[in-house]
Amino acid sequence: MILPWLILIPFIGGLLCWQGERFGTTLPRWIALLTMSLLLVLGLWLWATGDYTLAPAPGAAPLWTSEFRLSWIERFGIEVHLALDGLSILMVVLTGLLGVLSVLCSWKEIQQKVGFFHLNLMWILGGVVGVFLAVDLFLFFFFWEMMLVPMYFLIALWGHSGSTGSTRITAATKFFIFTQASGLVMLVAILGLVFVHYSQTGVLTFNYADLLKTQLEPGTEFLLMLGFFISFAVKFPVIPVHSWLPDAHAQAPTAGSVDLAGILLKTAAYGLLRFALPLFPNASAEFAPIAMGLGVFAIVYGALVSFAQTDIKRLVAYSSVSHMGFILIAIYSGSQIALQGAVVQMIAHGLSAAALFILCGQLYERLHTRDMREMGGIWGRMPWLPAVSLFFAAAALGLPGTGNFVGEFLVLIGTFPQAPWITVLASTGLVLGSVYSLIMIHRAYFGPARAEGALLGLNTRELSMVLGLAGLLILLGVYPQPVLDTSAASMQGVQQWLSTALTQLVSAR
Amino acid sequence: MQITTQQLIALLPLLITSATIVAVMLGIAWKRNHSLTFILSVSGLNLALLSVIPAAKVAPLAVTPLLQMDSFAAFYTALILVATLACVTLIHAYMGDKSGTPGYPGNREEMYLLILLATAGALVLVGAQHLAGLFIGLELLSVPVYGMVAYAFFNRRSLEAGIKYMVLSAAGSAFLLFGMALLYAESGSLSFASLGNALAPDGVQGSLIHVGIGLMLIGLAFKLSLVPFHLWTPDVYEGAPAPVSAFLATASKVAVFAVLLRLYQISPATSGGWLNDLLSLIAVASILLGNLLALLQSNLKRLLGYSSIAHFGYLLVALIASEGMAVEAIGVYLASYVLTSLGAFGVITLMSTPYSGRDADALYEYRGLFWRRPYLTAVLTTMMLSLAGIPLTAGFIGKFYVIAAGVESGLWWLLAALVIGSAIGVYYYLRVTVTLYLVEPKLQRRDAPLRWNLGSGGIMLLLIALLAFGLGVYPQPLLELVQQSGLLVG
Repeated sequence: MILPWLILIPFIGGLLCWQGERFGTTLPRWIALLTMSLLLVLGLWLWATGDYTLAPAPGAAPLWTSEFRLSWIERFGIEVHLALDGLSILMVVLTGLLGVLSVLCSWKEIQQKVGFFHLNLMWILGGVVGVFLAVDLFLFFFFWEMMLVPMYFLIALWGHSGSTGSTRITAATKFFIFTQASGLVMLVAILGLVFVHYSQTGVLTFNYADLLKTQLEPGTEFLLMLGFFISFAVKFPVIPVHSWLPDAHAQAPTAGSVDLAGILLKTAAYGLLRFALPLFPNASAEFAPIAMGLGVFAIVYGALVSFAQTDIKRLVAYSSVSHMGFILIAIYSGSQIALQGAVVQMIAHGLSAAALFILCGQLYERLHTRDMREMGGIWGRMPWLPAVSLFFAAAALGLPGTGNFVGEFLVLIGTFPQAPWITVLASTGLVLGSVYSLIMIHRAYFGPARAEGALLGLNTRELSMVLGLAGLLILLGVYPQPVLDTSAASMQGVQQWLSTALTQLVSAR
Repeated sequence: MQITTQQLIALLPLLITSATIVAVMLGIAWKRNHSLTFILSVSGLNLALLSVIPAAKVAPLAVTPLLQMDSFAAFYTALILVATLACVTLIHAYMGDKSGTPGYPGNREEMYLLILLATAGALVLVGAQHLAGLFIGLELLSVPVYGMVAYAFFNRRSLEAGIKYMVLSAAGSAFLLFGMALLYAESGSLSFASLGNALAPDGVQGSLIHVGIGLMLIGLAFKLSLVPFHLWTPDVYEGAPAPVSAFLATASKVAVFAVLLRLYQISPATSGGWLNDLLSLIAVASILLGNLLALLQSNLKRLLGYSSIAHFGYLLVALIASEGMAVEAIGVYLASYVLTSLGAFGVITLMSTPYSGRDADALYEYRGLFWRRPYLTAVLTTMMLSLAGIPLTAGFIGKFYVIAAGVESGLWWLLAALVIGSAIGVYYYLRVTVTLYLVEPKLQRRDAPLRWNLGSGGIMLLLIALLAFGLGVYPQPLLELVQQSGLLVG
């Protein structure tokens, strides 16, 4: 019974925030903080008490740690069907954590329409939790599309107007159209799958467990898989369809960037792991080389473009493209180690990207620019912030001791036996990663100072946010075992689906 | 011919509406009173709406060779009556009442008469099972609408729109009549069923039939404003008083689409490939052109006009699918579309209330509305998101249904057009939405009355918004209703 509450809490909290504005601008912030803390605590409690050796695996009805079913639209056999396994709980906890942070980081930044802002923020997070819990394909799509609207408002209404002609509304609209149109392609694919299942069994259902049993013709399976992949690829983002990401990041308020990079991108990886691979294992196996190629391209291209940016938020945004490439490779490698690495990388990137965007936000509040050409010499002008930035830049380049290292290392070592060349090329991403990370530090914090005078230091709220994230990232780097244990069963299931299909594919050739 | 009590009951909605027309007419002749006329019309329409229940109980039943009362007709009758009720309420708000504000300067009462007449026409149309019934219904629907569109005749645009609509609509009717004549010449019959039998693949196969069906299609496409017969739509939507545009977009189009659906389902001439190809072409053109042209609009009424062209393109996808859940999909889509359009035009109406020359329909007049009329903005936001088909709104369920019908019949090209069209559509719906929330300009502006939500129009609008949201969250009741109103072919 606790699962629907994980979704309802943010939605109700959001409405309270909206109405709470009548009693001043501080109340919505506290309500939002409380809501997100509640979500985080509930998530942690579920993590501590649940049995995460249960997860869906091929050949049997999916097992879940916790499940909730309620009939919804009987005409189509649609249910409010939520379920939790190791992968979902990790993502839910990450959502709760970044939710708390995104409320904290907007404490000073957002001064207008505070109640409405937090309504949107809470609803995004509620939608994201819904995506992570839904195992009814209609419900999944419902949340997938639904979270776009508040995100759109967040960027369009509280965003920063742009550096070079592009306004926040353009960026928000671009984000919305990319994701919405690709979402409709997924809806068509979902319905295609449902009707194939209907023609075989005579039962109209959107239930994950039932649809897993559908027998698909190879051609149909490939097309349906492609429908899912296109939608996830846009969110991921994979290179040809990534162009919304830097714009959206650059114009979004800090909280928007934190959510976007930290969790919205992870919904795509989650979708691939939960739906695309298990539902269409054979087509995915066939598609794996292309997907991995796209992943490598994303790593290298993202890193190179990142290096060329002058806007610090765009730089971090492109580095996300690069880091997500590792996850894409791992997902299609069919190796248990790499898949585990992908989960660690998802969490580590969630934390480090969130921290970098928070730091960018703090810098922006002090300098009112994101252009690195107008920064420089900040190291001497303020304490803490440059040093912490250096830490997270090091984390982003995969320095041992941070979670990013564990994630990337596991991905590379797991992928190597399957696809050595892909791995070799992907490793260059680490080198390029250090180039753009260090150049960011160099341009922004070293060199001659542009202006005299000390900048306002970080206050307790700001400092505790970034130091907390740094602590978690180190914890993940030196002791990732709890995370690995939690996701092991889920990843084993995914690995079995894909590797069976991969072996069949090899023997067929 | 004997008419039984059963048949009278089946005809009850139409009879009550007609009786209301007479009562309103006599009432106006006796004493001009805006509120009285309004109350009379509303109670008549409500009675007619209630009488749908007994009428649906005796269905299916043929009343005269012209009309047929079945669950399909009952559903659309109810939909049209609800839409009309909403429009009448909006008209009442729009015309303005006596307290203080001047409102509409001319005679107000005839508007109710006209809208009731048009509604009677729409009710005939959804029950028509004979080409003569179709034509009577269509003309009874169209002719009063000319008057309604031009009702604000002090305003040049309204007058122009009325004349434009009249000329083009008459041209459409002429096409329709000519098509009917050709069909009659070839088959010797005018009722849908015998037409269907005569035109079956093994029946008569003259070339005149194709021409006849084509001409009829042109006539109906005019009324539904499908590309390439859409040219009148934006101008008429813009020129007509806002509540009249609401009526045009909802009741009028629903009735015509319902009769098209019935004709299409019963007449097997549709099984011929060429008609499907033609309709597919019209659908794709309507979706793409409607959405693309809507991008360029800065006038809310014109934008809604173009968007309605696109929406009827989506509906054609379900019509072409024509099997499985297509009839249901059309029912759900039309219901959600009616709800959404009423909401959107309702907001425009309240913003232009009371009547003062020009309607508040320019997009800039809505800038920053959220900070002045938050709930009214919430209504319009819901409507825009519903038109765009975003989850949590009724429009999403409608779009989901249409896509499901398309997937079921494997209409991949049409679905591709639908996806592209929706992507384009999102852009302008969002543009409207975000405008509402931007910081308000320091310009002189018009606003809805401060206590807009206390009038009947405001309450109705809030109800519509709640319904659009509620059906998006829990659509099961609507789906059950529509499922029961399937069309029995044969």
